[in-house]
Amino acid sequence: MIANAHPQLLVHDKADNVGVVVVEGLTAGTDMLCVCTEDNSDFRLTAKADIPIGHKVALKDLKAGDTVIKYGEDIGKMVGPAETGGHVHTHNLKTKRW
Amino acid sequence: MAFDFTQETVKAWRRENGRVGVRNHVLILPVDDISNAACEAVANNVKGTMAIPHAYGRLQFGEDLDLHFRTLIGTGANPNVAAVVVIGIEPDWTKIIVDGIAKTGKPVEGFWIEQNGDFETIRRASWKAKEYVHWASELQKEDCPLTDLWISTKCGESDTTTGLSSCPAVGNMYDKLLPHGLYGVFGETSEITGAEHICVKRAATPEIGAKFMKTWQAYQDEVIEPFKTSDLSESQPTAGNILGGLTTIEEKALGNLEKIGRTSTYIDVLGPAEEPAKGRGLYYMDTSSAAAECVTLMGAAGYVIHTFPTGQGNVIGNPIVPVVKISGNPRTLRTMSEHIDVDVTGVLKREMTIDQAGDALIEMIKRTANGRMTAAEALGHREFSMTKLYRSA
Repeated sequence: MIANAHPQLLVHDKADNVGVVVVEGLTAGTDMLCVCTEDNSDFRLTAKADIPIGHKVALKDLKAGDTVIKYGEDIGKMVGPAETGGHVHTHNLKTKRW
Repeated sequence: MAFDFTQETVKAWRRENGRVGVRNHVLILPVDDISNAACEAVANNVKGTMAIPHAYGRLQFGEDLDLHFRTLIGTGANPNVAAVVVIGIEPDWTKIIVDGIAKTGKPVEGFWIEQNGDFETIRRASWKAKEYVHWASELQKEDCPLTDLWISTKCGESDTTTGLSSCPAVGNMYDKLLPHGLYGVFGETSEITGAEHICVKRAATPEIGAKFMKTWQAYQDEVIEPFKTSDLSESQPTAGNILGGLTTIEEKALGNLEKIGRTSTYIDVLGPAEEPAKGRGLYYMDTSSAAAECVTLMGAAGYVIHTFPTGQGNVIGNPIVPVVKISGNPRTLRTMSEHIDVDVTGVLKREMTIDQAGDALIEMIKRTANGRMTAAEALGHREFSMTKLYRSA
C-alpha cells in the first residue's frame, strides 16, 4: 500500500498496454502516478488529454491494427491511433468479434 | 492463518426443509398477469404480506411454460419466504404452483378467480393470509452457520471500476466462503461472451466445461445469430457501460468474471431458475444479463442473498432476496450513495486491499442476514421480472 499517495491510473497486469483513470476531473498534462495492481509496482505517465474517470489511457504508442491488452488478455484491436498517455475508447478501439 | 468461517453464525430462520432464510415474507403470489389485482388487494387488506405482480402466465407452452412454473414455484419455495397464498385465474395451474411449493413443507394454499370473482377470492385469500401472518410473525430466528447461506452474484451498470474493485471483492468473498461449504452462483450468458475461453477453464471437470460451452453456443446460435444487429444491438457493452469507460465485450466480460475469484471451480451448469442438485459449491446458471431477470432466476433457484457489484450505479432490488450493492466508483458514491451498501472506493485509492474489500462484503452479508435492510429494500426496489423464452400462443 502506498500511504497518502492516491494514484490517478491503475493497471491490472504487467502485460497490459492500457490503464484506467480512477479519479474525476483528470486534465491533459497531469503527471499521473500509475500503479499496477498485480504487484503494486508504480510508474509515472503524463496524460495527453482530459480523460474521464473509468476511461482508458494508452501506456505506449498504439496504432491501427494493434491488439489492446488488459487483464493480460486481448480485449480488441485499435482502429485508430493513440499516443502514449492518450485516450483509448470507442473512437479508436473495437472488438475483433463484430 | 486463514480465518475459520465455519465458526461464523448469523441469526436466521431454519425452514421446514432445513434451508436457512434471512427474511420472513408471507407472499401473495399471482399465477398469471390477470390475478395481479386480486393479489394486490389481499396484500392491501393484510399488513405484513407482499404481493409480487408480474407480466405473464397465460397461453404459454412448452419450455417457456416450464420456466414460468419453475420460477413461481422456486420463488415461493425460497427460504426467505415463510408462507404463500397463491392466486390464479383457474384451478389447474394454480394447483401446480401450490403443489410445487408444498414440497418444502411450508404452509401454502391456492385460490382461483373463475366462478368466484375477485371479491370472493380476495375475501377467502385474505383470511388465509391473515392466519399466515400471525403464524409467521411468531417464528423465531436461530443461530445458523454463515456458510449455510446460498449467495448469488451478478453485476450491473458495470464500468472499468467494477473489474478493479467491486467484482474482485465478490470474488474474494467466494474464495473465502466457498471452501467452507457456501452455495454460490454466477451466470449472464451473453456477458461471458469475450471471456468464454477463460470461463470454460474454471469448470471443475472437462465434462462440466463442455456443458458450459454448449449452453453458451446455444445462446449464440438461437438468440444472437437470428436477432443480432451490430454489437448485440448496442447492449454489450451498454450505453451506460461505455460512458463508464468500457469499450468492448471482451473487456466487459473479463471484469465480470472477476466475481468468481481465483480459486473456485463451478460444479454444474444450471438452467434458468434450476435448483442446484450437486451439493455445496459454485454453480453457473444460464441467465440473461439483465439485472432484474437474472436476480429473479437466482432467487427462484433458492439463493437467499444477492451480491451486486455496480460501477455506474444500478438501483435494482428484488421482492424476496436482499440485494447487497457494492461499488468502488467514487463518482457513483458521490452522486447516488443511497443505493450502495458496501463502499470499496478505497481500492482505487490504494487505501483498501481486495482482501479487505472481501472482508467488508462478508461483514455486510452477515449484517444483512441478521436483519439489516439493504439500500434496495429501504428504497422499495422490488423488481420481479419473469424470463420469457418465446412468444405466447
